[in-house]
Amino acid sequence: MYQTDNLVKELVELHGAGRTSLIPILQGIVEKYNYLSDDAMVEVAKELDLSAAEVYGTASFYSFLDIKPRGKYVIRVCKTITCSMKGKMEVIETLEDMLKIKVGETTSNGKFTLLETNCMGWCHKAPAMLINEIPYTELTTEKVVKIIKDYMHQ
Amino acid sequence: METRKITKVDLIFEHIDPREVLVKAYKLGSEGIIQEMLDSGVKGRGGAGFPTGMKWKFCAAEPEPEKYIVCNADEGEPGTFKDREILDRVSYKVFGGMAIAARAVGARRGYVYLRGEYKFLMPQLLMELDGFHKMIDEIGYDFRIEFKLGSGAYICGEESALFESIEGKRGEPRNKPPYPTKCGLFGKPTVVNNVETLVNAVIIIKYGSEKYRSMGTQFSTGAKVFSVSGDTPTPGIYELELGMTCLEFVKEFGDGDAKAVQVGGAAGFCVPRKAFAKTIIGFEGVPTGGSMKLFNSSRSMYNVLHNYLDFFAEESCGQCTPCRIGTQQLLRGVEAVKRGEMKSAYLNELVKLAETMKISSKCGLGQSVGNAFNSIVENFREEIIY
Ligand SMILES: Cc1cc2nc3c(=O)[nH]c(=O)nc-3n(C[C@H](O)[C@H](O)[C@H](O)COP(=O)(O)O)c2cc1C
Ligand code: SF4
Repeated sequence: MYQTDNLVKELVELHGAGRTSLIPILQGIVEKYNYLSDDAMVEVAKELDLSAAEVYGTASFYSFLDIKPRGKYVIRVCKTITCSMKGKMEVIETLEDMLKIKVGETTSNGKFTLLETNCMGWCHKAPAMLINEIPYTELTTEKVVKIIKDYMHQ
Repeated sequence: METRKITKVDLIFEHIDPREVLVKAYKLGSEGIIQEMLDSGVKGRGGAGFPTGMKWKFCAAEPEPEKYIVCNADEGEPGTFKDREILDRVSYKVFGGMAIAARAVGARRGYVYLRGEYKFLMPQLLMELDGFHKMIDEIGYDFRIEFKLGSGAYICGEESALFESIEGKRGEPRNKPPYPTKCGLFGKPTVVNNVETLVNAVIIIKYGSEKYRSMGTQFSTGAKVFSVSGDTPTPGIYELELGMTCLEFVKEFGDGDAKAVQVGGAAGFCVPRKAFAKTIIGFEGVPTGGSMKLFNSSRSMYNVLHNYLDFFAEESCGQCTPCRIGTQQLLRGVEAVKRGEMKSAYLNELVKLAETMKISSKCGLGQSVGNAFNSIVENFREEIIY
């Protein structure tokens, strides 16, 4: 659980308190805290004068608006056909090995979450993954090891 | 049969002076622009292939003063990556197409709905948009564009789901009619076009509809950006004149061992080797939003089909029963056949289910699952069973 401090209010000020602001506000919270806590959703509901169910219903529709606790770095490996033909499994195995977690899990220090996702538009440079919003393409075991080591040291 | 050679063109990514084109469009005015778009014969590049001129004409005819232009940059179809490349390299042409559309229909606001996976492009795009706004102000346009980011839902590429998402709701498709040109974003008349379609508008205004129509075929005018991936030595983005056959495509891009091409992504059709020569890629044959995936003989088409079904089962918005349950049943069904728990004849039942989904699903997602399902099962039945 995290304290949103003034973030929700700041986001409401930035985007406005109308219904169209709901998703940008939720995106802003995820950008900072990596997922939406129950408290954060209730707070957004109050600020926008919506029911909490409405906020939860909207958030839970979108796979990037996570409602489960996520690590600081969310790794999303593409599992669609070209990436799976071009070595997605090795990428996953390397990540699981390095992070000591399985797909869907978060490291105990809260730093990394490993997920799979559908086509992210890098089929010509498969296999690919996103770490938060940064794409990494044409992955090999060596490349993955190097990338993750860099993040571990951050 | 006459074989055409693959003709590569360079219109989408070619650098041009946008001001010149936008001044020309401004002077042409609503009727002039719409006439050029109609004469060009251009059809939507997002997959469905609706004539763009007609769409703009319908929207222009609506008396409502508040209208919107929406650029669909959700690009979620497996195997397409051209819209990102277009936005990355020539965003000013995408904005330009939106301004031209706005001038044609009388809109003052536009939105670009960019998929969340492309968020890393935002800083650059916002800077370029700033420069663009300054330029159109000088010419005299009264038009503003805003970005909206998606959050990882393929269904939000469906136009009415996209409107719901911009409005801050779950991305659940609406019933049609009414169509967006009458009742779209915020219930107002809206033109929604794919990124590449909008760039085509710039090309048409710049070079004129006659020159545009001289490319491609009678039913598929112009050129198209193809996203080529899979078993190919040269994966990437190519702008090709429309009208080629699948055989010509495979000769150019295949690795010499192609057994199937999936045209149009997971929602598209699987063309097997025996049909390469007779299949035209375009609106008169197999249409595509640009996704072209090649599979060679080392690939299991069961894995391909399973991957697509898994995709659809996950991405179905769950709003209507045929699609919500159908996608799950197709997935479980082929797994059961593969494991030998169900007889191979069960595939015929699944094909019927896919047909039922085609006629009873609410939106294009559920309606198109049968395209890939039936074309793969029909052509690669043994691979699915054994
Ligand atoms: C499930 C589904 C996903 C879609 N995804 C996209 C997309 O990512 N990009 C796109 O341009 N059109 C997509 N479309 C088509 C749009 O609904 C719409 O037809 C298109 O944006 C219209 O633009 P156009 O006429 O310029 O092609 C999708 C349709 C469906 C049913
Ligand atoms: S067809 Fe599928 S995606 Fe479309 S509305 Fe129905 S459940 Fe949702």
